[in-house]
Amino acid sequence: MRFSGFRVLKEGLTGNKGWTPHWRDPDPKPEYDVVIIGGGGHGLSTAYYLAKEHGLTNIAVLEKGYIGGGNVGRNTTIVRANYFLDGNSEFYSHSLKLWEGLEQDLNYNVMHSQRGLINLFHSDGQRDAFARRGNAMINQGDDAVLLDRAGVEKILPYLDFDNGRFPIYGGLYHPRGGTARHDAVAWGYARGADQRGVDLLQNCEVTGIDIEGGVVNGVQTTRGAIRARKVAMVVAGRSSQVAAMAGMRVPVESHVLQAFVTEGLKPVIDHVISFGMGHFYISQSDKGGLVFGGDIDMYASYAARGNLPIVEHVMEAGMTLMPMIGKAKVLRSWGGIMDMTPDGSPVIDKTHIDGLYLNCGWNYGGFKAVPASGNCFAHLIAQDRYHPEATGFQLDRFRTGYGVIDEEGTGAQHNLH
Amino acid sequence: MRLPCPICGERDRREFYYKGAALERPAPDAGEAAWDDYVYLRENPAGDTRELWYHDGGCGAWLVVTRNTLTHAVIGAELASEAKA
Repeated sequence: MRFSGFRVLKEGLTGNKGWTPHWRDPDPKPEYDVVIIGGGGHGLSTAYYLAKEHGLTNIAVLEKGYIGGGNVGRNTTIVRANYFLDGNSEFYSHSLKLWEGLEQDLNYNVMHSQRGLINLFHSDGQRDAFARRGNAMINQGDDAVLLDRAGVEKILPYLDFDNGRFPIYGGLYHPRGGTARHDAVAWGYARGADQRGVDLLQNCEVTGIDIEGGVVNGVQTTRGAIRARKVAMVVAGRSSQVAAMAGMRVPVESHVLQAFVTEGLKPVIDHVISFGMGHFYISQSDKGGLVFGGDIDMYASYAARGNLPIVEHVMEAGMTLMPMIGKAKVLRSWGGIMDMTPDGSPVIDKTHIDGLYLNCGWNYGGFKAVPASGNCFAHLIAQDRYHPEATGFQLDRFRTGYGVIDEEGTGAQHNLH
Repeated sequence: MRLPCPICGERDRREFYYKGAALERPAPDAGEAAWDDYVYLRENPAGDTRELWYHDGGCGAWLVVTRNTLTHAVIGAELASEAKA
């Protein structure tokens, strides 16, 4: 079923009786060419690009819960390409280009909204750092505009520019940054993969990975054994548990990141804004809720809920930056499980086991990477070569010390990112 | 979340700095694999875990805290100087 304006009109006039489920609910086959463990955004996009660009359609995506029930439905939906370092820069640039063609490609409205993203700065030193970052973005071929205070005042008049401690000096404006409807991204990729023959197996938890003589040959699941020539692990916060099934330890600590949404309000925040003197970022959803978040809680957690100190920090930062939001009521808060790596950058790589691939370590920034992560991971799985835009995300960079991608410049060490 | 410092008693999480998994430090000549394992690779358990916390807003002691990562239940804490890895 294709979506079109004509179709919407026709269904509207005929009682909306012609809509069909977006994807099938098949039973597992005994064998696939590729089994993808994890039906989140990254797993679904991997399946989609394997089918679309590499002609592999005998694929299963194994999801222990339901499609859209994990981090892809629990994030703050920000899409941007404002990275500084080689390795990250070209990859996120690639991802943003895929985002820009995604709705046409998927024939699905993911509500990608390039409303512009502004990272505020509050000191001369921060201005210099953002000027450098902006230059790196421009050199990458993306867009960045360094705004002075008057430039920010023009588009974000409601900020507290003269805050006694953190006056606003300006901002780095990334016009092509923005947001997307996170659930729709999962649904769109799921539908696109399903239409190309990929089996999406929900309520199917992997309980073991079958390896013989250093070669992977299948998985054990709660819905039976499945043989496979290639197995790809894309399970974010649960990477350590799944990798352990293959006898591997991975450079990941799982942490909790909280996010918040207010009651629905009339349009008030037209962009994505981040505060430079506390961890706080905010946008307004199309339903009207202010969606915002801050830093991770900074301790290992699988609880998918956080503690109050970070709630307090985020609220304080928000009130400092834009006192008007004090009138809004917080409707919900939640936590997601973040797969944190020592350098804050991800892994898209083969493993030492033949046919076993690993995609993990998205820290708290995986949503914007969904298209390129799947695109580049599919390339690696199909061709056993790195995609040219994702050559740096190697698993052994910590062991060798070569090619560490430490965007924050704090050192490649757990608990610093 | 409150952590039971053996010196100061039960104190708010904000008084502590989180370091990470409490691991046994390899010998200097243990080799690259052992050091890679110690510095970067993690078991990252979903359940009970032993980890280092520093009471920088209190007595300044390093603690080994046993905590459950699924429930945030704090099971106990001992001084790192007295803990067996």
